[in-house]
Amino acid sequence: MEKAIEAVNLTKYYGSFLAVDGVSFSVKSGEVFGFLGPNGAGKTTTIRMVTGLLRPNSGEVRVLGCNMLDEREKIRAREKTGIVPEMANPYVDLTAMQNLRLMGELYGMSKAEIEKRSLELLREFGLYEKRNVKVRGFSKGMRQRLIIAMAMVADPELYFLDEPTSGLDVISARLIKDVIREEKRAGKTIFLTTHNMDDANELCERIGIIRRGKLIAIDTPEKLKQLVKGRVSVEVSFEPMKFDPSVLSSALKVEPMGDKVKIYTKDPDKTVKELVRYAEREKLRIVSLRTLSPSLEDVFMELVGGRND
Amino acid sequence: MIDQLKRSFAVAKKDMLIFYLKGPVVIMGLLFPFFLFLAFLIGRNLPDEQLFVGLTAMTAFFTSTAVGPTIIPWECRGRTFERLITAPVSLTTVLLGDFQASLYFGLAITFAIAVPAVLYFSLGLGWVIFITATLLAVGTFSAMTVLLSSYPPTDVPADVMMLTSLAKFSLLFISGIFVPLEKLPSYGRLVSYISPLTYYVDALRHSLGRGYLPLWIDLGMLVLFGIAFFFAGVAVHKRVLEKRFT
Ligand SMILES: Nc1ncnc2c1ncn2[C@@H]1O[C@H](COP(=O)(O)OP(=O)(O)OP(=O)(O)O)[C@@H](O)[C@H]1O
Ligand SMILES: [Mg+2]
Repeated sequence: MEKAIEAVNLTKYYGSFLAVDGVSFSVKSGEVFGFLGPNGAGKTTTIRMVTGLLRPNSGEVRVLGCNMLDEREKIRAREKTGIVPEMANPYVDLTAMQNLRLMGELYGMSKAEIEKRSLELLREFGLYEKRNVKVRGFSKGMRQRLIIAMAMVADPELYFLDEPTSGLDVISARLIKDVIREEKRAGKTIFLTTHNMDDANELCERIGIIRRGKLIAIDTPEKLKQLVKGRVSVEVSFEPMKFDPSVLSSALKVEPMGDKVKIYTKDPDKTVKELVRYAEREKLRIVSLRTLSPSLEDVFMELVGGRND
Repeated sequence: MIDQLKRSFAVAKKDMLIFYLKGPVVIMGLLFPFFLFLAFLIGRNLPDEQLFVGLTAMTAFFTSTAVGPTIIPWECRGRTFERLITAPVSLTTVLLGDFQASLYFGLAITFAIAVPAVLYFSLGLGWVIFITATLLAVGTFSAMTVLLSSYPPTDVPADVMMLTSLAKFSLLFISGIFVPLEKLPSYGRLVSYISPLTYYVDALRHSLGRGYLPLWIDLGMLVLFGIAFFFAGVAVHKRVLEKRFT
């Protein structure tokens, strides 16, 4: 399958600070690729290099077959690319419709095409009634939906979404995730960053994890989970809630979590039995008890090391 | 090429929709030259010709430099710039769009003020010279804003505003508006030659029949300044572009 994005050895310094260090990866066309990493790891910097906004100090990058270090080729690639920068805003002094129209014109679409496509998107994103209202009066979620609609005006083949769902309520986030899935079904390639492990798990076919500017893992979510296969956990909640970790001989680590405790274990069978015996002895009611296989979050914590740098 | 030109017009349209109604633009572009002109007028018994030249030159100079310098800082502050610059347009296209916004605003207001003034003073005006010089001058001043907006790469419009005002006033006072070129001492005249406004003022006086420098020099210098400003502006913008993303 052909490659939509190919990055080789991307390196970026800010002054003497090495923000991205020899990052190489490729994204197949039609794939949803997730880029994860703690704050300041270099995700945005990488996206900016791949989209041709920042010039890498060294390395190469091709997007849709175009060399992003060449001015002309870069523009050719961008005509087929929709970009949602991190924390970007629409123009607040323009209406939703004017914002979409501007994007359409920048992508060189005809008037008729722009009108048709804009109205379609406004309906899809639940902004149709507000299309002639200045964006200044929009909530954060509405603005974010508009920003994504703006990236979609030209019906691009490839999307770069830098934290598209950050700070949104469940409904807006869901809407955006549905749009991403729909675009994927239509054969589009999507490169996204997020801090939400569940989103990454649900949406992405492949995931890259970056830490301190270095790409430390890149694989499918399920294969990444194999990396921490031992880390099965048991989650239990008692009533009244009390718990003494010393009664468990099988626990690797115990984490209190709100009205529950999460117990990491190598032997879930033994842990569950110990918990039940403990509840009987202490006359506690078991409100919930479940075993969890390792999540992407566990993988992330394992790889990133629980430290935020 | 044609595509990028069309897209630069989309950028200009956006600028006009957004920036012409902002307070600082109205103040620096319209009210300010008006009061300056009053100050220039009151208490001096100036001939109609000199009034017309002063009024037109100040209007052209202030209106065409009112919007430009702050557009990009505003965009950075509003977090719209990254979205704009990652569209399929080059930085030059975006700057060409911002240039056009200044140009159209400057031309519209300058003609709206100057034409009634000609009729009011009933001046014998050489229209061809007047129109040519005004087109070139407003173009040059608009190109100047491309350079003025390029450094420092800040997202605080007020910072740029202050530096531009400084530059604009320095130029205003050395440009033969308040004292005609021929009455300046020779060192003063030398200083005035570094200001593009000087050549517009002189060209305006040509349109009334009495310039000091040859007309072709006036027009030629406006073109040269305009080209130099634009390309220097683009070059500086390119250099500092990465500093704008934080
Ligand atoms: N313009 C800049 N100048 C100097 N340093 C910068 C600049 N932009 C980013 N950095 C530094 O580079 C590193 C990577 O930043 P980047 O924005 O790429 O991180 P990120 O992974 O996107 O983080 P987040 O999850 O918080 O968005 C950070 O340490 C940051 O402080
Ligand atoms: Mg980021």
